[in-house]
Parts: sequence; structure tokens; C-alpha cells
Amino acid sequence: MSDPVTGIITPVRLEYTYTPGVAASRFLKRIASKEIVGQKCPRCAKVYVPPRGSCPKCGVPTEEEVTVADSGTVTTFCIVNIPFAGSVPVPYVSAHILLDGSDIPLVGLLQEVAAEDVRMGMRVKAVWVPDEELAPTLLSIKYFTPTGEPDVPIEKIMEYRDA
Amino acid sequence: MAEETEALSALHVLEYNYTRSVGPVIGRFLTGLRDGELLGIKSSSGKVIFPPVEYDPETAETLIEFAPVGPAGVVTTWAWVSQPRAKHPLQKPFAFALIKPDGADTAILHAVDAGSEEAMKTGMRVRPRWRKERVGFITDIECFEPEP
Repeated sequence: MSDPVTGIITPVRLEYTYTPGVAASRFLKRIASKEIVGQKCPRCAKVYVPPRGSCPKCGVPTEEEVTVADSGTVTTFCIVNIPFAGSVPVPYVSAHILLDGSDIPLVGLLQEVAAEDVRMGMRVKAVWVPDEELAPTLLSIKYFTPTGEPDVPIEKIMEYRDA
Repeated sequence: MAEETEALSALHVLEYNYTRSVGPVIGRFLTGLRDGELLGIKSSSGKVIFPPVEYDPETAETLIEFAPVGPAGVVTTWAWVSQPRAKHPLQKPFAFALIKPDGADTAILHAVDAGSEEAMKTGMRVRPRWRKERVGFITDIECFEPEP
């Protein structure tokens, strides 16, 4: 007689059509040419990346488009120690990165740096995929890596720390 | 310019395997499926609950007495699926039905391959169509089919 059944594997699969909306679509199309664009609020002047077409604080449409840098500052980060299917080798760092010229951090993967060396205030820049692989997706940015510039003092990023 | 105002659209797939241990009761039920038999469990009041549960739904007592049922049984209610989707158990029109195997007091949800909606009837007798390669999963029963 063979062994009793003690466990099962149930595959979960969800297929859906995602549309990011007009503002974020423009952002994604520019990503394919290595340009990162945000939108500036006409009232509070904050720059949102990726843009969503409106300012969540002021509740007004954001129409002015601004190009921001592909370098920025780590405002906060998380060291990931538990691997999952498709993850990069652990430990690795997932960071909030405030791109120069923007007012809201993006979540990005940090590479080419040991997890214990990552700091709030660390300067980083995007590493893009080869030109022939560029596409309208954030996957066009392979990861971020330290620039070696001096850290930004913590006081200067306090406003963005919890964003 | 159209390029500037058109929203993108893309197919996203979220997929992962959920691995779970099944415990002694469901484990025994699934082992039964693998071996080609249907197992229910006796409740405190003597009713046979199928598929088996770990605790009595009325008294919360631990249940331990398994009882073979069916494998043939009757359809207690059903719904016709005229356009099966990719993950449905059959890739042709079929019925989802509650099937109460002979000797059981409760029913299980499964597919019935009846050929047409007209062939479906509450109270009709059905029997399992077993898969040849069984692994201890509910899909070890390919579907139920009308008894000849």
C-alpha cells in the first residue's frame, strides 16, 4: 500500500487586463526611451512620479509634465531575507528612492551593494536594461546602484521618509 | 497626438502554488480518491458526512469513523455551464452539480458530463469517471457521468 496523502498543491492563477490610465501610460512610454517623467501639482508644486493625473493632497488635476533624474536618494529601505520564486539572491535590499526633482519616492531594487552597507540618505542611480530591451515597463530599470556621492543629510529627506 | 493620450493596456498574470497540509481526515479522503474510493465520515447522530469533516457540525465532537459511500449517487441540484472557461474541469458544456453518493447524507460539488442541458435532471443517477493517473486530489475524479 502506498503512503497516505498528507498535502496538496493548489495553483492559484489570476489573469487580468491592467490599464494604468493616461498619465501613467505617458510615463511608461517615456521609460522606453530612458526618460522618467512626473507631473507637477499646479497648487502645491509637488512632483509625482509615476504621475496619476491628479494631486492626492490638493485634489486638482496635474497637467504639467516634468522630467526628473534617474538618480536619487534612498529615503528608507527593507532588507529581504526570505527568497521567493523569481527573487534575486537574498539578502537583498528593496528601497524607497526619491528621484532628484520629484517629491515622492519610487520603490526600487538595490544591487551591487551589500545589504549592510545601505543607508538612509544614500545616493543611487538607475541601471537600465540594454537599449534593445527597453519597453514601456518599469522593468526597463534593472535596478538602482550607489553612485558613491556623499549621503544626503537625514534632515533633508525627513519629509519623504514615511512616504 | 494619439500617442500622448492613449492609455496602455497589458495582460497581467498573478500565479503561485499554494501548498497546504491536509490533516488526517481530508488526507484520508484524498488517499481514498487516489485508491478509487469515496470515503465519508459518521457524525455523532449517525449521519454520514461526505466529503468527511474533522468535527461534528452539531456537537463539535472529533469524528473518527470513516464510512465508504457511493461511488454512484444522485444529483441534488445543478447549474449548466454552456461556455466553459480555461480552468473549468471540462472543456465542453457541462453541469456543476451537488452529488449525494449512495449511503451519504450530504453532497459534494463536482462536474457532470451529461452531454446536453436536456439530459440533466435533479434526482438523476450519476457515477464517477475516474482519472487513470490519480494523485490524491479532487480532480482524481475527472467528472461524474449519467449511470447507464
